[in-house]
Amino acid sequence: MALLGRACLLLALAVCVYGIGASLYGVRTGRSEWSESGRRAVYALAGILTVAFAVLEIAFLRDDFGFNTVAGTSSSTTPTFYKAAAVWSSQEGSLLLWAWLLSLWSSLVLFLTRRRLRDVAAYATAVLLGFGGFFVSLMVFYATPFATTSPAPADGVGLDPLLRHPSMMIHPPMLYSGYTLCTIPLAFGIGALLARRVDAEWIRATRRFAFAAWFFLGIGILLGARWSYAELGWGGYWGWDPVENASLMPWLTATAFLHSLMIQEKRGMLKMWNVSLVLATGTLAIMGTFLVRSGILSSIHAFGGATLGVPFVTLIAVLVAASIYLVVSRRDMLRTEHRLDSLLSRESIFLANNIVLVALCFVIFWGTYFPLISEAFTGQAASVGPPWFDRYTVPLALVLVLLSGIGPVIAWRRATLANARKNFVAPLLVAAATLIALIGAGIGAKPFAIAMFCCAAFVLGSVGQEFFRGVRARRAMAREPAPTALMALIRRNRRRYGGYIVHIGMATLFVGVAASSSFQHASELGLSRGQSTKVGAYTIRYVRPTATITPKDDRAHTGATLSLGAVLDVTKRGRHVATLRPSEGFYDSGDPSQGSVGHFIGGQAVSHVSMSAGVTRDVWTAIAPDISTPQLKRVIDIGNKTIPLVRPDEGLLAIAYMARAYLQNPPQAQFHFIVSPLVMWIWIGGFIGFAGGLIAIWPAPSTVRRRVAVRSSARAARSRLQRA
Amino acid sequence: MNPARKRTVRLTVALSAAVVLASALIYTSFSAASPALSPSQLTHQAQPGRSYQVTGSVVAGSVHHDGSILDFSVEDRTGGTTVPVVYTGTVPDPFREGREVIVTVRKQGGRFLGERDSLITKCPSKYKTAPPAASSGGSGGPKSGY
Repeated sequence: MALLGRACLLLALAVCVYGIGASLYGVRTGRSEWSESGRRAVYALAGILTVAFAVLEIAFLRDDFGFNTVAGTSSSTTPTFYKAAAVWSSQEGSLLLWAWLLSLWSSLVLFLTRRRLRDVAAYATAVLLGFGGFFVSLMVFYATPFATTSPAPADGVGLDPLLRHPSMMIHPPMLYSGYTLCTIPLAFGIGALLARRVDAEWIRATRRFAFAAWFFLGIGILLGARWSYAELGWGGYWGWDPVENASLMPWLTATAFLHSLMIQEKRGMLKMWNVSLVLATGTLAIMGTFLVRSGILSSIHAFGGATLGVPFVTLIAVLVAASIYLVVSRRDMLRTEHRLDSLLSRESIFLANNIVLVALCFVIFWGTYFPLISEAFTGQAASVGPPWFDRYTVPLALVLVLLSGIGPVIAWRRATLANARKNFVAPLLVAAATLIALIGAGIGAKPFAIAMFCCAAFVLGSVGQEFFRGVRARRAMAREPAPTALMALIRRNRRRYGGYIVHIGMATLFVGVAASSSFQHASELGLSRGQSTKVGAYTIRYVRPTATITPKDDRAHTGATLSLGAVLDVTKRGRHVATLRPSEGFYDSGDPSQGSVGHFIGGQAVSHVSMSAGVTRDVWTAIAPDISTPQLKRVIDIGNKTIPLVRPDEGLLAIAYMARAYLQNPPQAQFHFIVSPLVMWIWIGGFIGFAGGLIAIWPAPSTVRRRVAVRSSARAARSRLQRA
Repeated sequence: MNPARKRTVRLTVALSAAVVLASALIYTSFSAASPALSPSQLTHQAQPGRSYQVTGSVVAGSVHHDGSILDFSVEDRTGGTTVPVVYTGTVPDPFREGREVIVTVRKQGGRFLGERDSLITKCPSKYKTAPPAASSGGSGGPKSGY
């Protein structure tokens, strides 16, 4: 099996080299059969890497510990669900996932453009195969997923328990899909510049892929935030960690591009800006991948001891240099066809939105790479923390939300006073009513949060008004009931109304972020059985301890040997609200030096958070039980001395005895309680936003009809030709 | 004002604003940043009241909980100098003796007070397996992470 995997990688590398050569030869000599052959090389690459990925996935599912990657990140006791996800938890497996997804998305875009943009697509094929070749080379020369050990170890060390969360099954593939999709507009952008075809055609051909990149990257980021909130035991969803930031930066520039491309399509403006955004987004996606693998910045998500820095830095340097050269050398072709007519126009608002998004990206870039910048200039590495990021990103986010409310209703070219009165009175009234209601409710001490609520209300007002007017117009014309008119309105102009839904989702998400970060109550303290504490308006009482042993009884099904926790009763003004059961799972270390009993719980200890989530607030709880008491330590010490390593069943009995001792005489446990308002709206907002994104990506019925019509007329023409 | 001149004025204003904002960003990042030091550098360079980001391994036997207060010591990766830290706030799950941590601290007397919720534990490197004895390709063991 490993031999097949390695053969696939070598073949994939050969295919990449051939495909690059064929595409470039084809486009330079005008021999389209060679360009065609280059395109087919991408399909072949997808097929070969599918086989390679299947080989590795099967090795994980079959517990083939002869594969170093399987032995390092899986074990026979790792639940099957997580064995499947463990493929991309290692450096090598994640590189294979990256290359495989790249080949699939590249095949799709080249298939869809097979009859368009021949020159541009040929260059794009070479660029995409260049990326494919780069990642396959890393696997061939630096970190092969098919390295083996003989004889194979009896068992593996298991998947990091922190990664045993359902969202980890889909978070990395989503994020990597986003990253790889970012390279598609980049490849076509480079292709357009090389072929000197910088009209809007290449943008139209790859627009859906840019949207898909935004969509998948966004879902990946949101799932990562959800994992952080539900699994990491700190109660937060965003910590300005370098790896988190690395995924946010291309998402921000992709968002900017999705707005500014509309101006190029409609008015032939911002060509240079758009192509620069596309090149920046693709480069930032590669930098995000590099950050996790280089080990240059400290991140909880980075691969330990990663050594792929030099190849990645080389690739990024080549990308940046080539991008600058191409944009500068083609600057005459990228001149705008029109100029801004007025600062009060939709074009100007879109441009302002772009500037804010790029400014946000720059702030995050500066803060993320500041340790390297500081070391380069002062000789001393230094880092900035979350307060520094918040200082800049909070006001920029406020402006961004406000602009997302102005953009949909302001007129193209030049807004008049009458236009402003017609479109802005209702949204401003909604924002003013929100402000009065918030001040009336006594929520006035957090100005940024209040400003965000008002801006979000303004967005809901302006977008709601657009939907209302559209539905009213359709009802007047077609005499349809309101729900039918609404559905027809969205279906007829998916891109526009899908975009509006995205704006609603983002405003909702920001309301959740502002409320949960400004009005949170948190408490960390030790409690003994029967004791209680107040957190905000809630009283939380430690009712009794809990203990479960063996992976079979593990409620979270993550393979913990022992889980110790508590039953907590949550009340508000004497009324029962929820019963929560946080626990901490203790995992097998697989290290015999910890003793025949000690190794069962000597590995990672991971919080299993318990929360009562609601639309108004989340009550979030985590526990850190104390297993270092003399009584519990004694059980382990005696077990280690009396039970031989070869009798794991007896070792587990000792763990069961320890669990019973904990239940009978529970020591004081450390608890972390958080009451956060409106956290749920972050996930709801994200869901609304990405549903809107899906609507916007989905081909419009007219487009599908047009494609079918084109295909059928092409078929008819072909058959007529054959008959003739 | 003619359109060309108007555009020049607008561009100048926009560029000036960008330069001012970028300067503010650069200035605040250098003034708000915490120098990243190892425990041995910290013992020599730390000044009271200033915050530092210290990176080191948690010393075996140094971890003590006292209510919500966590006492531990960090040492250089290569061993040697140790620095005592008094910390309150969220303790990441992977925190344990021997593990590499990053924490922001301020000097107070002979001890270092950890800033609330600043403790970061690096991704566990325990998944780095011993180099295979008879490997048929590649070297070193895999590391975990996403």
